[in-house]
Amino acid sequence: MQALRKQDLLLLGLAVVFYAIVQGLLMADIIGPFWELNIVLVGINIILAASLNLINGFTGQFSIGHAGFMAVGAYVGAVMTVKFSLPFIVALAGGAVAAGILGFLIGLPTLRLSGDYLAIATLGLGEIIRITILNIPYVGGASGFMGIPRLADFTWVFFLTIFTLFFIKNLIRSSHGRACISIRENEIAAETMGIDTTRYKVLAFTIGASFAGLAGTLFSHYFYIAHPASFTFMRSFDILTMVVLGGLGSMTGAVTGAVLLTFISAALASYPEWRMVIYSISLIILMLYRPQGLLGDKEISLSIIKRLTGGDSRAEN
Amino acid sequence: MGKNWKKWLGATLAVAMSATLLVGCGGEKKAATSNEIKIGGNFELTGNVANYGQSTMNGVKLAIKEVNEKGGVNGKKINLIVADNKSEPAEAANATTKLITQDKVVAVIGPVTSSSLIATAQIATDKKIPVLTPTATSPKVTFDNGKVREMIFRSCFIDPFQGEVMARFAANSMKVKTAAIYVDNSSDYSKGLAEVFRNAFTKLGGQIVAEEAFLQKDTDFKSAITKLKASNPDVIFIPAYYQEVGMIVKQAREMGVTIPLIGTDGWDSPKLAEIASGAALNNTFFSNHYSSEDKDPRIQAFVAAYKKEYNQNPDALAVLGYDGALMMIDALKRAGSEEPKKIQEALAATKNLQVATGVLTLDDKHNPVKSAVIIEMKDGKQTFKEKVNP
Repeated sequence: MQALRKQDLLLLGLAVVFYAIVQGLLMADIIGPFWELNIVLVGINIILAASLNLINGFTGQFSIGHAGFMAVGAYVGAVMTVKFSLPFIVALAGGAVAAGILGFLIGLPTLRLSGDYLAIATLGLGEIIRITILNIPYVGGASGFMGIPRLADFTWVFFLTIFTLFFIKNLIRSSHGRACISIRENEIAAETMGIDTTRYKVLAFTIGASFAGLAGTLFSHYFYIAHPASFTFMRSFDILTMVVLGGLGSMTGAVTGAVLLTFISAALASYPEWRMVIYSISLIILMLYRPQGLLGDKEISLSIIKRLTGGDSRAEN
Repeated sequence: MGKNWKKWLGATLAVAMSATLLVGCGGEKKAATSNEIKIGGNFELTGNVANYGQSTMNGVKLAIKEVNEKGGVNGKKINLIVADNKSEPAEAANATTKLITQDKVVAVIGPVTSSSLIATAQIATDKKIPVLTPTATSPKVTFDNGKVREMIFRSCFIDPFQGEVMARFAANSMKVKTAAIYVDNSSDYSKGLAEVFRNAFTKLGGQIVAEEAFLQKDTDFKSAITKLKASNPDVIFIPAYYQEVGMIVKQAREMGVTIPLIGTDGWDSPKLAEIASGAALNNTFFSNHYSSEDKDPRIQAFVAAYKKEYNQNPDALAVLGYDGALMMIDALKRAGSEEPKKIQEALAATKNLQVATGVLTLDDKHNPVKSAVIIEMKDGKQTFKEKVNP
């Protein structure tokens, strides 16, 4: 326990150093606005991927409606800052809570489904959310919610990303998290052991949804606009791709997936004709040779690094 | 061994994928003193409305190619740097940021759709780089919250104008007294047009006798058509997109509605005739940016050049892209420099510019005053009916 805390502190320290370096480079204008935007996008995608990973990777429920929750967060947050002039932090909380409540309400009935059925239900759900928004004139309907101030910046995104990662990491290592993992491994066995599987599925779903809402609020407050076209099922698939690419059930895998895919997409922006082709080919090759994702369900952690450099080996997970 | 081999391949792939990142970072872009002018093009090349983006880009490229062949602008060639925005507002913001900060363009053409353009507007304003959209028709693109967006320009007419054009066409050319409106409630484009048409038509002495609504992706319109038919209008105004319009027209004709049906540029697609099955479309009219049947020599020259370059008929977006590029080129010529501020001023002062679809003058809201055409459908073919000047 003590060792874990120490490790957490060390990681947090590293994160702060990393933040200081990037922020310094940003302020010195060495990282231009284009890459700044993509770094912010990476942060938002990490939150999305990590929260989807909690549902898909750790609890083993196949959800593909994440864009819907993101949309709820984006719009609720935008309404709070634009229409009610509330501070940004309240909007962030509001976006997360709203998405979480929706996740809870929807999770209760749908999580009784499993496998393909749940996938279809969540896919439909994401679309329902998007189309509902499309038909609410109060938030701009089909033309999108405009005039959102850019309140999110690298600092916000970075620390919320770190918060998300620590939250989910600690959740996974708690008894609740282990209950979730046991559901993934064998639902019947978990139930036999006295785990209330529906409760834990709904818990994971709700938490995943609320972090997606948080990411949505950041998203709309960085890009000045919340538009239904940004939250189609293609976005859900993007997030899913990040998770699967990085490795289902690996925290660092989700982070790796989010970072890689966002930067690849950005780097290929100069070759519009080939962008989607290269992107897709790299995914196909990866899935052919590494179907479990880049990291599988392993984690990159300090102890592995230590082991590689000849230090003591401590079992992870 | 076999397992190891896979592991290494995985690692190599990861490295290869990371390496693609460096492609974007690497290579400092040339300074602005070279003998070319860099213009950004932010288009919908993939995603939902990829066909719009592609057509528009073709038009823009054609205009730039023509001017470069004639020696360029002020002795410099124009270099169009294209970025794809995947038909998504956030990606559009990303693309414009890239064009402005990485490629150091002096002005941007695009995006095509209003929402994507609005997502980029703030970035362009912050960086003080003028943006010209050849196609975004929402009034909010250039004018928002009671203020003109200083850096944003467009070269096509705005939505409400078409509503007025059709109201005038109905009242003056068709000389009808009563009209019904059948609106697509899921699109702002449709709702906006319906409102303008209602006001303009009433002002011209006409009367709106019925209004019904549908949603995109609906397939059965019979009950609404029955109601519209019962109110006995002289004409039905359907400001919507071709997909639904095709089915509405077909079902209306099947139900014995023979009165003229009129609409707007959302009707413009070869698919319309396919969906409605040709003859049903007789006695329908819609407003558009141009008609390839227009005998105007400028239009014919453009159509010929476009066919030669791309081996296909230009649609409205292609000609709008072409016009947009002409407007940008004209501004660059008059600015006489590559300073974004000068280009912005020159764009704002665009006056009596001859473009393919007519003469274009920018008003104080950065919206062009230019003519529209009315298209009549005859046996599934678009024919040029008349030109409506503002």
